[in-house]
Amino acid sequence: MAKFKGAVVVNTERCKGCDLCVQACPSHVLGLADQVNSKGYHYSEMKHEDDCVGCSACGYVCPDACITVYKVKIQ
Amino acid sequence: MTTKDIIKPENLVYGKTKLMTENQMHYCPGCSHGVVHKLIAEVIEEMNIQDKAIGVAPVGCAVFAYNYIDIDWQEAAHGRAPALATAIKRLQPDKYVFTYQGDGDLAAIGTAETIHACNRGENIVIFFINNAIYGMTGGQMAPTTLEGMKTATCPFGRNTELNGYPLKISNLLAELDGTCYVTRQSVQKMASIVRAKKAIRKAFENSIAGKGTSVVEFVSTCNSGWKMSPHDSNKWMEEHMFAKYPLGDLKDTEKVHTEAK
Amino acid sequence: MEDFKLMKGNEAIAHAAVRCGADGYFGYPITPQSEVMETLMELKPWETTGMVVLQAESEVAAINMVYGGAGCGKKVMTSSSSPGMSLKQEGISYIASAELPCLIVNVMRGGPGLGTIQPSQADYFQAVKGGGHGDYRLIVLAPSTVQEMADFVGLGFDLAFKYQNPAMILADGIVGQMMEKVVLPPFKPRRTEEEVRQECPWGTTGKLPNRKRNIITSLALEAEVMENINLKLQAKYREIEKNEVRFEAHQCEDADYVLVAFGSIARICEKAMEMAREEGYKVGVLRPITLFPFPTNPIKELSQKVKGFLTVEMSAGQMVEDVRLTVNGTVPVEFYGRMGGIVPSAEEILAALKEKLIK
Repeated sequence: MAKFKGAVVVNTERCKGCDLCVQACPSHVLGLADQVNSKGYHYSEMKHEDDCVGCSACGYVCPDACITVYKVKIQ
Repeated sequence: MTTKDIIKPENLVYGKTKLMTENQMHYCPGCSHGVVHKLIAEVIEEMNIQDKAIGVAPVGCAVFAYNYIDIDWQEAAHGRAPALATAIKRLQPDKYVFTYQGDGDLAAIGTAETIHACNRGENIVIFFINNAIYGMTGGQMAPTTLEGMKTATCPFGRNTELNGYPLKISNLLAELDGTCYVTRQSVQKMASIVRAKKAIRKAFENSIAGKGTSVVEFVSTCNSGWKMSPHDSNKWMEEHMFAKYPLGDLKDTEKVHTEAK
Repeated sequence: MEDFKLMKGNEAIAHAAVRCGADGYFGYPITPQSEVMETLMELKPWETTGMVVLQAESEVAAINMVYGGAGCGKKVMTSSSSPGMSLKQEGISYIASAELPCLIVNVMRGGPGLGTIQPSQADYFQAVKGGGHGDYRLIVLAPSTVQEMADFVGLGFDLAFKYQNPAMILADGIVGQMMEKVVLPPFKPRRTEEEVRQECPWGTTGKLPNRKRNIITSLALEAEVMENINLKLQAKYREIEKNEVRFEAHQCEDADYVLVAFGSIARICEKAMEMAREEGYKVGVLRPITLFPFPTNPIKELSQKVKGFLTVEMSAGQMVEDVRLTVNGTVPVEFYGRMGGIVPSAEEILAALKEKLIK
């Protein structure tokens, strides 16, 4: 069975730290950063990169269009 | 394979549509408006109708919708978006004309314009954000506020003796002969977002096919107004809003049967 | 040979609208102007010129349809009468703020409130001083004949597009309802989509790749931005005042007393003037055709040589305030008016002139 590996890039300046992507991620990849962006939001970031399967749920639920998702098929 | 190796253009599976401008949206963190904006922009891009889509923005939180989707827009007076859209569409029949309205704009002050545009069967699309509260003015009661729900102008909860009942306006619009498609969607989960996007596309296609008015209601959250976190708002919406405003197609003249009656 | 037709002022408006290449009419029935839409519906211009005619669910919807149509750069209009015009004020304020051209016709009836269906001129303040919220002006044309009802449709649209500003035909119920012979303007084709895009590059005609998106709005939250919008509007109004004053003077050259009146009342004043001249009084009539811009200069010039003005209106005295502001106390400015739908007679006007000024 094919396995996928994904990666999430967050536009950290556009992110408002609403946490919806964190909650939506079935693999618990994302979390809010300890740091804040220039607006003072704890932006979203990948906490467990290895677990990402590139399902894009985070991107779909993001109200601020700040998530880009990449995905590759691995053996 | 490292994350760096994966992040390459050829591996892109999800990203911001170019139809969304670079302007950062003014909505509160976690607001449903953002997702709906995004879906409308994505559909316009996928249908390749940027040069033919004209939006009418409401008064309410989405008053600045025109800052975010890269098409021609008009900003209406409170509640009057369907009247503007009527004229825009009748004078330019080859355009995809839509309104974007909240519950106050559509179901309170603009009830007459909404009902009559739908009743004339204007070939427009009405996108309706129902979050059961007035967001922009600071969380006052909306016509769709649930019974018992607390807002700034019903601080002890909506009392039907005092305030009347939550208005299921989409059901009313579905009764009109001029509407061809009335559907109730939500955007809190990936699956619901996929369904909502299909509804948006169908509504646009109906409008250019001249089938009549399409209404897409989005049962939404207003976490600031509801005084909850975005995630808790989603859960509260699923538990309480969906009971009063069940999701599904209320009318689809293509299909004989109706769901979610 | 000119082709005379006999028709009501309201009907003339409808014919002229189709002939001048209007793109859309949106209205709601109200006496005494319902013939405008009735005539349009009989003319069925959508089958000939492609003009859209739509009966809206209210005056509020109708003016907002005009707002939407005007935002596309289209030549659109509405008509109503006093109570209906009150409902339209919100929309007119938005249109003025967004700097969109359109034509609004008010065939005035007696007020306030539901009032009467008889003629009146008591919406002068509403038309000339703003009417809706905020600092804005309409270009206001006051016809006194059925011919002018027809002619001012084209003129109103021309001025509206020249200044990107709503224009209004402020008629009274008499001009709307009376029948006179009229020469209708020649047919002018509607502009093509390409011509609309060229004439109105700001219109919501669909965002093409070669331009930025167009946004029609009257919203600017930053105070500085909103003040700048206001300053731009005011500069435009000063320009209109400089260029677009229209009036008609009858026998003012040797006059000792001048009657100032607009619309149909100016014609009754002409009759009063003739009667006065037969009795040996040198009386003239000044009829403002544009109420905004108001003909201040001609009135100021007359005030240097006449003994007094009598302003005659079908109201409690509204335009008289502008005459007084213009004359600024140099000579007496008196007023005579009837209200509630009563039309003053020439005899009454002459008697008032004698009583208040000639003495």
